[in-house]
Amino acid sequence: MSRIRSAGAALTGITLALALAACGADSDPLKDDSGSSSSSAVTVGSANFAESELLAEIYAQALESKKVEVKRSFNIGARELYLKALQDGSIDLLPEYNGALLSALATGGAPEGVSSPTDVYAALQKVLPKDTVTLEQSAAEDKDTLSVTQATATKHNLTSIEDLKAVAGQLVIGAGPEWAERYQGLKGLKAVYGVEFKQFKPLDAGGPLTVNALVDGDIDVGNVFSTDSAIATNKLVVLKDPKNLYLAENILPLIRTEANNPTVSGALNAVSAKLTTENLTTYLARVQVDKQDTATVAKAFLTDSGLI
Amino acid sequence: MNLSYLLDPAHWNLTAPGSLPQLLLSHLGYVALALLIGTVIALPVGLYIGHTGRGSFIAINAGNAGRSLPTLGLLMLMVTLLGLGLTPVLIALTVLVIPPILTSAYAGMRTLDQQVIDAARGMGMRPWQVLTRVEFPMALPVLMSGFRNAALQVVATATVAAAVGLNGLGRLLIDGLAVNDYSRVLAGAIVVAVLAIALDLFFALVQRWIVSPGLSGRVRARARARRATT
Repeated sequence: MSRIRSAGAALTGITLALALAACGADSDPLKDDSGSSSSSAVTVGSANFAESELLAEIYAQALESKKVEVKRSFNIGARELYLKALQDGSIDLLPEYNGALLSALATGGAPEGVSSPTDVYAALQKVLPKDTVTLEQSAAEDKDTLSVTQATATKHNLTSIEDLKAVAGQLVIGAGPEWAERYQGLKGLKAVYGVEFKQFKPLDAGGPLTVNALVDGDIDVGNVFSTDSAIATNKLVVLKDPKNLYLAENILPLIRTEANNPTVSGALNAVSAKLTTENLTTYLARVQVDKQDTATVAKAFLTDSGLI
Repeated sequence: MNLSYLLDPAHWNLTAPGSLPQLLLSHLGYVALALLIGTVIALPVGLYIGHTGRGSFIAINAGNAGRSLPTLGLLMLMVTLLGLGLTPVLIALTVLVIPPILTSAYAGMRTLDQQVIDAARGMGMRPWQVLTRVEFPMALPVLMSGFRNAALQVVATATVAAAVGLNGLGRLLIDGLAVNDYSRVLAGAIVVAVLAIALDLFFALVQRWIVSPGLSGRVRARARARRATT
């Protein structure tokens, strides 16, 4: 797909070059149509995973319904890449996660002890890249959870991470390999909850490997993301995190200051007001499980929420 | 290039879990097991096909099909079917090991000088003796090159074990990427490359030792050298 896209871009480039050559010496070769209109159009970007793309499409359609001109530049890549694209102005707007963004921007990662949604939001304001602002954050969170199967929960009487303390010595935990070393992983579990597991199996970050291992009983406790439809499909029990070890990961729009205006922020804040972890999970499952088109699902979300 | 992870003495501590020597050992363990199982399966089949000439299409097609299977994909499939553990990793690696050994055993047997086999039969050797005392020793150079090929591939590919929660040198690559520690990734890449070269040199020595001097051309070279000095 990216090959097709870049081939298309190359073709456009050649056509543009030919067209410009035909224009003659009096026109500025560096000035093209898209350049002059981009001052009013908002370019929406996204990271390279389904949830980010769905959120970006929701933002884009919400803006379009308010007659804002929108360009889409989805599926950019990891945070390092799309933050650069945001700073150099190739994109204007992105869906972000407050905790993950804070960890990426603050030197040395997110400060310990900052984990509730409001604390994270406040800490984030101090480290935002130049010329960018965050709009209102939504209640929807895609965050790390410790999840167990219904059977394990019943057997050991588990509802919260605190309940693990007594039985963790018999249990195996599976998560992304980075859990062995970062604070929002095994270290924090030990420091905050006094929980030490019998064994740690480095698997994938909330992916199919972890979910399958959990369902098969190869691991007893797994790191699954809170908007993963696998939680509902497999009837997993998400353990509560009463001491807020895991960073809040509220979804919020990150936007370049020059692209922000009352119409734009009004439309995006209205989206944030309607987003919840539960409805995001449902709509994301329509993309990931039912394989529906992102644009269709985004439109359904906006229509169902009464936003368009 | 940042070699700090590789050169840190703390990472060479034999007793610390997850240290370089421990990862190296577990890596070698996967490699040895996969090579052993692969040889036990592929060698008899390859020799049989080479000796009788029957079923050579199996050797050729199994070889080609086995080589084109992506190991990581096969591993994930096996984990989905069998759950986590050593078995899915060994299956995926064994599938990688079988084709070069099978095809080289077959090719080594088929390219033998037919006159030598006739001569062996003429001396009254039984088929089993022809196989074990003439054909197999003469096929050894080609067979060993297939085995070394298999060993090289499996040393590099055994890093996938870390993707499903096992150890081995792949831990350095996967953990290093997960925590943005490129010095660790580099350490893993270097150790795997050095291990591959060392293992190939080791098997080259083994080959020199087990292949009959009459076949390797060393005797003739030595005789020539002796003639030249006298």
